[in-house]
Amino acid sequence: MKTMLAAFAFTIAVSFGAYFVLSEMGFSSAEVQSAPSVRLD
Amino acid sequence: MNLKMIGACLIALLTFAVTPAYSEDEGQRASTGGAQTLDDILARQKGLEVDESFRRENLGSFDNAQPASSSLGTLGGFSSSDIYRGIRYSESDIKVSNNGHAAEILVQDGGMSWLLTREGNMRAYAAYGIGGIIIALCAFYFTRGRMTIEGGPSGQTIERFKSFERFGHWCLAGSFIMLACTGLLLLFGRSVIIPIFGHEANSAIATFSIWVHNNIAWVFMASLVAIFVMWVAHNIPSKLDLVWFAKGGGIVGHGHPSAKKFNGGQKLIFWMTIVLGASVSMSGLSLLFPFEMPMFAKTFAMINTVLPAMGLPTELLPHEEMQLAHLWHAIVAITMIIAIIAHIYIGSVGMEGAFDAMGDGQVDLEWARQHHDLWVEEEQAKGAPIRQVGDVR
Repeated sequence: MKTMLAAFAFTIAVSFGAYFVLSEMGFSSAEVQSAPSVRLD
Repeated sequence: MNLKMIGACLIALLTFAVTPAYSEDEGQRASTGGAQTLDDILARQKGLEVDESFRRENLGSFDNAQPASSSLGTLGGFSSSDIYRGIRYSESDIKVSNNGHAAEILVQDGGMSWLLTREGNMRAYAAYGIGGIIIALCAFYFTRGRMTIEGGPSGQTIERFKSFERFGHWCLAGSFIMLACTGLLLLFGRSVIIPIFGHEANSAIATFSIWVHNNIAWVFMASLVAIFVMWVAHNIPSKLDLVWFAKGGGIVGHGHPSAKKFNGGQKLIFWMTIVLGASVSMSGLSLLFPFEMPMFAKTFAMINTVLPAMGLPTELLPHEEMQLAHLWHAIVAITMIIAIIAHIYIGSVGMEGAFDAMGDGQVDLEWARQHHDLWVEEEQAKGAPIRQVGDVR
């Protein structure tokens, strides 16, 4: 059961990690789809 | 003479009956000055296929421009209708400030069939399929009961799966369950959540669901690769599997069919997970990166080379690619959900001792001998340790 709980914790951690990494790398749809003339922030 | 006359009349009637589709269209088209006819409109309203090339290709031309001295000369060679048709069929050279080819498509009517499919057949089949398998499993449980270890547990255990195998399995399982739940919440949000809980609740649930769905997908894809690498060697089909299926995994006849590490049913689940998992991942990536990973036009072209009779479209607009990816994603996912519900049943309440394999990795030796006799022989020949229940590890 410890392995199962560790896998679930790992899954949650990777999900948050993916969100922050992809956002930082500019992979949000808003950034990808908008032209340079568009100010997002 | 009369017979000849009747024959000639019949041939004439058949000729007019068989050939008029084209000539009739041409005649009607001429009567409307080349515009669509009432038949076209009625056919479109009935959802029938309409050849719209007469409109798609009628986009005006500089050559048609009236001289500037004429009353219509200032319009040039393109009427408003010509220009609108160009936009309507994505034939115009559109300039936009957004990035990407997709933003240049101003009108695309495929969204209607996507919406109707998603709100109609898709939800209905998902509900019937998932509800049906749950009802079938409940009926099986209450008629046949739990599959028990014949003669009872031996009190000795053998390691069935190592820690890294269980870790990979639970990463895949945990992410899949979350993807399935959030995907179903998104699919049934408008038809179930809004009528019961209201728009605001659905908005919050949908926002949470899409966040989880988009980000947990990476764990699913990574663990799918890990599972494939770990277990593919044990899942190569063999003659033993045919015997296993012939005996219904032990349901038909007496005794348990022989099996190595994975039996026929488990191999079926493995390959279903790998093939459908890869497919749902590909369409999922296409959805995660909108308009950047189109794959259906290329897939259709490959299918057409093998099955030319299919005649699938090989030129798709960016939005059509997304609509097809979205529909295919849901179809494959729903198929997987139905199969995995059966897998969860047999791995938990359906079979005594089965959960231990993925719980702490230790399974009862008698259970292992009954379901995976050849694997137990291999493990014992390698000197795998046998533990007594209650041993502190």
